Amino acid sequence: MATRTDFGPPNYKELIPPVVEKNYGQWKYHERVKPGVLKHVAESGDELYTVRVGSSRLVSTDWIREVCEIADKFCGGHLRFTSRHNLEFLVSDKEQLEPLIQYLGEHGYPVGGTGHAISNPVHTQGWIHCHTPATDASGIVKAVMDDLFEYFVDWKLPAYCRISLACCLNMCGAVHCSDIAILGIHRKPPHINHDVVRAKCEIPNVIAACPTGAIRPDPKNKTLTVNEEKCMYCGNCYTMCPGMPLADPVGDGVSIWVGGKISSARTPPKFSRLVIPYLPNNPPRWPEVTSAVRNIVETWAKHARKHERMGEWIDRIGWERFFDLTGIPFTVQLIDDFTLATETFRSTPTFKW
Amino acid sequence: MAKPCFPSPLQPPADGDGGKSNMTNAKDTETPLLDQLEEGPWPSFVKEIKRAAEDNASAKDLLRQLERSYNDKIGHWKHGGIVGVRGYGGGVIGRYSDLPEEFPAVAEFHTLRVNHPSGWFYTTEKLRQLCDVWDKHGSGLTNLHGATGDIILLGAPTDALQPCFDDLAEIGFDLGGSGSDMRTPSCCVGPARCEYACIDTLDILYSITMEFQDELHRPMFPYKSKIKIAGCPNDCVASVARSDFSLVGTWRDNIRIDPDEVVKYANDSLDIQTEVVDLCPTGCMHWDAATKSLTINDAECNRCMHCLNLMPKALRIGKERGATLLVGGKAPIVHGALLSWVIVPFMKMEPPYDELKDLIRRIWEWWDENGRMRERLGELINRLGMRNFLKAVGLPPVPQMIRAPRANPYYFWDPEEVK
Repeated sequence: MATRTDFGPPNYKELIPPVVEKNYGQWKYHERVKPGVLKHVAESGDELYTVRVGSSRLVSTDWIREVCEIADKFCGGHLRFTSRHNLEFLVSDKEQLEPLIQYLGEHGYPVGGTGHAISNPVHTQGWIHCHTPATDASGIVKAVMDDLFEYFVDWKLPAYCRISLACCLNMCGAVHCSDIAILGIHRKPPHINHDVVRAKCEIPNVIAACPTGAIRPDPKNKTLTVNEEKCMYCGNCYTMCPGMPLADPVGDGVSIWVGGKISSARTPPKFSRLVIPYLPNNPPRWPEVTSAVRNIVETWAKHARKHERMGEWIDRIGWERFFDLTGIPFTVQLIDDFTLATETFRSTPTFKW
Repeated sequence: MAKPCFPSPLQPPADGDGGKSNMTNAKDTETPLLDQLEEGPWPSFVKEIKRAAEDNASAKDLLRQLERSYNDKIGHWKHGGIVGVRGYGGGVIGRYSDLPEEFPAVAEFHTLRVNHPSGWFYTTEKLRQLCDVWDKHGSGLTNLHGATGDIILLGAPTDALQPCFDDLAEIGFDLGGSGSDMRTPSCCVGPARCEYACIDTLDILYSITMEFQDELHRPMFPYKSKIKIAGCPNDCVASVARSDFSLVGTWRDNIRIDPDEVVKYANDSLDIQTEVVDLCPTGCMHWDAATKSLTINDAECNRCMHCLNLMPKALRIGKERGATLLVGGKAPIVHGALLSWVIVPFMKMEPPYDELKDLIRRIWEWWDENGRMRERLGELINRLGMRNFLKAVGLPPVPQMIRAPRANPYYFWDPEEVK
């Protein structure tokens, strides 16, 4: 049988609800009704309510069938998802809004994540399904969001807050522009299995993959060597060559980065910056990580002005004040020594004590 | 001095024996650590794996292997593995357990990336068809959605891949990208539900996805290439941070003001001076509290969206709309993270989007010709210079491309220019 290929994804035009089809491109304004609930009004006067529900990202087909039943009951058989693993119920009949919210509340679906709240954390696979992780993903996110649940379902923060997690430097979750990023890191150089290197690896490609030039050929033995003093444990060599694993129960753990954003509102997008270089992998609930994240969220919430994102707050008060207010110890790892390091050094005596 | 950390109400006791969950019968469960993650208000992925495990052996072994990782503090998947379906070079990620004897049902546990519909809109009928196919062939576990945007079907043995894809094709779902190809592009909700949408993100996405099926399905580039489309500078899909090609909707004329609605916001407890005008990055707004009138010097506005975000009923995007194209964004591997750079300040976006498609093709061609293995577009531009890039793809230099001109005297002249 000839396999059909290259036919592309289902056409969205066949999947959008009637109210969207009718008012496509004709939306006039929206209101934030309450946490997790948006109301969009079209030029035609039609109203569309969105109820946003946090999901665990890793879901079973049973869960999908369950949310389909809810969408059949309240939303005419339509639903959508967001780029941050949220589920959105689109309600065009206002009479159905409160019954839907009540139903969701009774069945354990958290409604929230809009407005001045913590959104659903973008995250990666971690130990569940990745071959290069330095930590788990779903487990930490679950622990962090159990702890910060009140900030998902309520408006208690100065601004929106995006928390993201990537389980290694490959950053499938591209977490590097988040208000708070949780990033799995290795701390030990690769332990080379020379037989595997000889059998399975393209040595020039492995050498080229190293961003610090730490890998050298060893032609005599048809393998390679690593200058461990130059290795920054990025794991890129392992991506190229299975003979160079870095994962290690003692070396691996989690780092915390803060102050990034992706929108251009008020200030341009910016990178998150390293503030905690290492916390241990302590499953199942990573208590060191959850308390560090809560401390950062609550220090920001206490001191920032209204509408001030984490990074905007820090830009105003200065990093020295950030470390002072959060009580996070400043260590040498926080001073950059990679390619563009000097851009982050201070060249003025105008700083705070 | 470190502040005392806030105690987590869900933190397990120091003896680490699992706390208050169903640990009284620890012998009854094979996964005492993971069982603790069934507790708490946030949706539990452990519950989801257990639901799938009720009638699926691979989901059960997945949970057991993960418990092993929670004990060992290390992952248990082998490095890589090449698998696929007929006619495609990507879309399936090979995954093998490194403990196949202990966890035989996940010895082969591959991922299918399935191209999602624009804006992640579904009918329940379509999702149920997808569930039926996945229950038949795989673990019953999915990600809705993966970080790039695909529907991730998580875990099927090698011999199930082709039959699974054939059944997916029957219900109209095609594979997404993986490896050194165009990765599955994605977009924000756009004109389907957002008054800020300056461009038809869903239609552009569908159009380029269909146009570039070959680039999506057959790895041919130096490395991955990502495209994300955001309807406005709020950039809800993180295009500037996360994609080689970031298309962001914008406008060239004036913000539309409804003065009556401005008054309503003011009367409705919005402090327009403090919350809107004082936070405007360009200082282009003026609020007259006595007459309750708001004026904007649009020529000085940089369209950051802050005022529109706060007053959507009173302030609306302009009417002369198009997109800004930025390129080069990426995560850290190999030479560090980059945010995309403006290369086309304004481009009209009308179907069939030929100007955009032609430019993407020209850029891919230059990258394909010059890029080293695993060198992303932004890294190549950095290595060869923006000057060479602009010349090669035929774009004029304009001040909107930069934050500041260079501060060093090391620059090139084309010999043709020195006569």
